[in-house]
Amino acid sequence: MLNTFNILETIRMIQDQCLDIRTITMGISLLDCIDPDINRACEKVYDKITSKAQNLVRTGEQIEKEYGIPIVNKRISVTPIAILAAACPGQNPVRFAKTLQKAADTCGVNFLGGYSALVQKGFSAGDLELIRSIPEALAETSNVCSSVNIGSTRSGINMDAAAIMGEIVRQCSELTADRQCIGAAKLVVFCNAVEDNPFMAGAFHGVGEPDCEIHVGVSGPGVVRAAIAKYPDARIDELADVIKKTAFKITRMGQLVGARASKMLDVPFGIVDLSLAPTPAVGDSVAHILEGMGLETCGTHGTTAALALLNDAVKKGGVMASSSVGGLSGAFIPVSEDAGMIDAAVDGTLCLEKLEAMTAVCSVGLDMIVVPGDIPASTISAIIADEAAIGMVNNKTTAVRLIPAIGKQEGDMLEFGGLLGSGPVMPYNHKSSEKFIARGGRIPAPMHSIKN
Amino acid sequence: MRAVITVIGKDTVGILHKVSGICAAHNANIIEVTQSVMQDMFAMIMMADISQINSDFASLSDDMAEMGKAECLDIHCMHEDIFNSMHEI
Repeated sequence: MLNTFNILETIRMIQDQCLDIRTITMGISLLDCIDPDINRACEKVYDKITSKAQNLVRTGEQIEKEYGIPIVNKRISVTPIAILAAACPGQNPVRFAKTLQKAADTCGVNFLGGYSALVQKGFSAGDLELIRSIPEALAETSNVCSSVNIGSTRSGINMDAAAIMGEIVRQCSELTADRQCIGAAKLVVFCNAVEDNPFMAGAFHGVGEPDCEIHVGVSGPGVVRAAIAKYPDARIDELADVIKKTAFKITRMGQLVGARASKMLDVPFGIVDLSLAPTPAVGDSVAHILEGMGLETCGTHGTTAALALLNDAVKKGGVMASSSVGGLSGAFIPVSEDAGMIDAAVDGTLCLEKLEAMTAVCSVGLDMIVVPGDIPASTISAIIADEAAIGMVNNKTTAVRLIPAIGKQEGDMLEFGGLLGSGPVMPYNHKSSEKFIARGGRIPAPMHSIKN
Repeated sequence: MRAVITVIGKDTVGILHKVSGICAAHNANIIEVTQSVMQDMFAMIMMADISQINSDFASLSDDMAEMGKAECLDIHCMHEDIFNSMHEI
């Protein structure tokens, strides 16, 4: 039975605490678009995306009005393009990126992800060509996102891929140096990438997924922060309970919107990703939740423990609220997209090393971190390898989205605008990792990968 | 199927009339109203049956939003499902 308190609580969450549905993402398989003639393949890709997703944006807007809840992004994820590129040897895969951009423009979506390759164990046909084309593809398109999976708990870490990705990340920044190095902000390097992730820039539609499906990514750091603010003296276990209850409510809303969208579009419902995704807006910060728990500034001692508590409670609360939880599901810590993280990084309390520790307990990894433009490619590769090792050993997804700020130094800022926010250039360790990265090869999978 | 319409704003003559007028125009049947005026602030929660409406929900919601804007009122018109799913197991 509805009562006034519940009605007003929901409205307050939406209006004052920035509660929103961060994204509805349509996953579309492009496996039936593979063709040895790249022109024909691109045609098929364009036709399939624009026919499947033609009503996506309109449906999203209709649901927004029906439930009175903002749906911030409408997005598309597609089969990793390296699989399509494999059928067209000798052709420039950037053609596919331009086709994806055209399809994104026609459908009116905010982002389209899947300019991706999965190379955790080695490179197959098409993978290297696609990876090498990423900087050009991201410089020549505006809404296409790219990701590369270089490691997994089952396969170990492809260190040849880590070495290449260090260079690719740099090139992405260099080619877009006149646009705040935005290219690198659209590229994620994964370990244990998930196949049903609705969040960008790492979304792609895995080959094990159905032909077409709808995923929902919720948000709501502001709601969690407001909830814990009501319990300034609660013990930690009581705090975990408060977070669980809040996450349950947020996720139920995601489940409702996903089920509704799936019905309206006549497409199967995939998953709800119950991530706490921050935005640079005031009151929508994950860092402020941690500070609300009693830390003076995010990044100080205790931050990892607080984040572990938050991440776990969000999952426990959310998992009961949805019939199918998936994606990354946990707490995100993208520095440039979180007002509290930005402040903590400018302040010097939050550093790269602390962020690395935090990624061992949060749902993704080193995200939206701006580093000085003079950072060597081998150091970026080493950061990628470190992060992949955390993911591989802990059986979790980790990712790296670093943005080398070409021509800028520590203390400067990059301004991306919108949801990507602005990032202070953060210091890195200048001692060389070059020789380690130059060895190449593969880090074998850990002992606990042998599960059968 | 019911819609929950909440209205908050400075009390003036005819708020209830305008909101219920929009409901009538869309053939939404008002089934419950709780309303209070504290000092000069008007606050109302209204439930309306929308199973027989003659338009889609989005246009009812648009009309409410438009009226709210014109009258400087904070109006939300939301499907009851969002409250049920959030607050009931």
